[in-house]
Amino acid sequence: MIKSIVIAGFGGQGVMLMGKIIAEAAMFDGLNVTWLPSYGPEMRGGTANCTVIIGDEPIGSPVVDSPDVVIAMNIPSMMKFEEILKKDGTILLNSSVIDRAPSRKDLKVYKIDANKIADTIGNAKILNMVTLGAFAKATGFIKIEAIGKALEETFANRNKKLVDLNLQAVENGMKLVTD
Amino acid sequence: MKMLMKGTEAIAEAAVRAGCRLYFGYPITPQSELTEYMAKRMPEVKGTFLQSESEVATVNMLYGAACTGRKVMTSTSSPGFSLMQEGISYMAGAELPAVFINVMRGGPGLGDIQPSQSDYFQSTKGGGHGDYRMIVLAPHTLQEAAGMMNEAFELAFKYRMLVTILVDGMIGQMMEPVELPKWTKPEEFAEPDWALTGANGRKPRKVTSFDLDPYELEKMNLRYQETYKKVAQNEVKYEEFKIEDAEITVVAYGTTARIVKTVVDYARKSGIKVGLFRPITLWPFPYDRLSEISKNVKNILTVEMSYGQMLEDVKLAVLGKSNVHFYGRSAGVVPTPVEILDSIKKIVR
Repeated sequence: MIKSIVIAGFGGQGVMLMGKIIAEAAMFDGLNVTWLPSYGPEMRGGTANCTVIIGDEPIGSPVVDSPDVVIAMNIPSMMKFEEILKKDGTILLNSSVIDRAPSRKDLKVYKIDANKIADTIGNAKILNMVTLGAFAKATGFIKIEAIGKALEETFANRNKKLVDLNLQAVENGMKLVTD
Repeated sequence: MKMLMKGTEAIAEAAVRAGCRLYFGYPITPQSELTEYMAKRMPEVKGTFLQSESEVATVNMLYGAACTGRKVMTSTSSPGFSLMQEGISYMAGAELPAVFINVMRGGPGLGDIQPSQSDYFQSTKGGGHGDYRMIVLAPHTLQEAAGMMNEAFELAFKYRMLVTILVDGMIGQMMEPVELPKWTKPEEFAEPDWALTGANGRKPRKVTSFDLDPYELEKMNLRYQETYKKVAQNEVKYEEFKIEDAEITVVAYGTTARIVKTVVDYARKSGIKVGLFRPITLWPFPYDRLSEISKNVKNILTVEMSYGQMLEDVKLAVLGKSNVHFYGRSAGVVPTPVEILDSIKKIVR
């Protein structure tokens, strides 16, 4: 089984890192993964996205026509990627920024007040990890232990507090998804 | 243990493990991380990293360093590779081993930094002047790219030839779990008997691409041709993926071949038997095997991120034995699986 995720938002919202942590966590769970960035002459405040594919079989194309899941961190990303989402697909929205609903009615929608929760925890930058937590819970694609390991790996040469802070954000994000 | 790595970094670390200790380069997207990685890594392994003032300087630094019989390499992207062509021709004439990584850009001129495969002609047909060849390898995954580095150096020294690993921005920029290759043992690497290491206590040696006497220069050229013939006989590599029962066989290399693997599965689910023939060595091209295959399949579709460069080699191999079709995108536009599947449907229906 192969699952594809597109993560999109403004440059600076941490969408690339979110994708990397998802990919790395899935790798630690023993799955095959690819992480493909959109890249070009990008700038802070512009839009950025990455495609992550997770599978228990070898992954061919790292490019997808219609992803299973979209994580949209801003309005342009939601509008761009809801169009290509698979039928009955899942979309996670950063509702702190996105003040409207997607136009498609077949989608499973999760609204995450990511900026506000990040502020409550005490660091505006960790909005991506709050969203990642919600993604993990909503999809079941990755487990918290593997996310922790991926965070440790990513911040290996940095302050341990940084790992704890990010993990706290992930856990808070997970709590937002109840069903 | 597998590590999640960027393609450029996996290639760089694999080169270090293969024993490369001399890297010369000039940063250019989409491969700058490779240069950056080497800047950090070379001092750690007591190697030398040198950032030149241009790619013209890079290739000539490589030329000088290769004369000493060490494992030397550079990495660049299309316009940079073009600037290196004069030096590449000199190095080929001087029968020097070296490894080039070209992470291709899209389009002629400046080119954009998204994935493309439009340097096939330049790499396989000789981008520089003169009757020379270079071995061209085309990995389609990060694991394969990392695993190829040692092989690239071995081929370079075995035949005293230049080797290019030809990839695109997809392989350069994406991340995938990679099992890094084992370290080679430097003590097992014998200094070549032609290396210029100082003639103290022995007869001087000469490395040159030139002789003033045309008959002597012709002898040198004939020697190169002998080498190329041997390489073409012994080093052709390719992968066949579900071609046994295929009604249409796709020929693709690198990133495109990878995308086609997904297309093969999609197509088979919808009842079309598609196979993939993937050249791993672009030079020497697997003419003989593709010629065999074309006897048993009605349609062959070449897919490239260019407007049909490998296509010419495919036609040379097939020589009318089956219908050859083409689908390509370029300038950094990557074809999606559905897009390729649609082009297949048009042919088989």
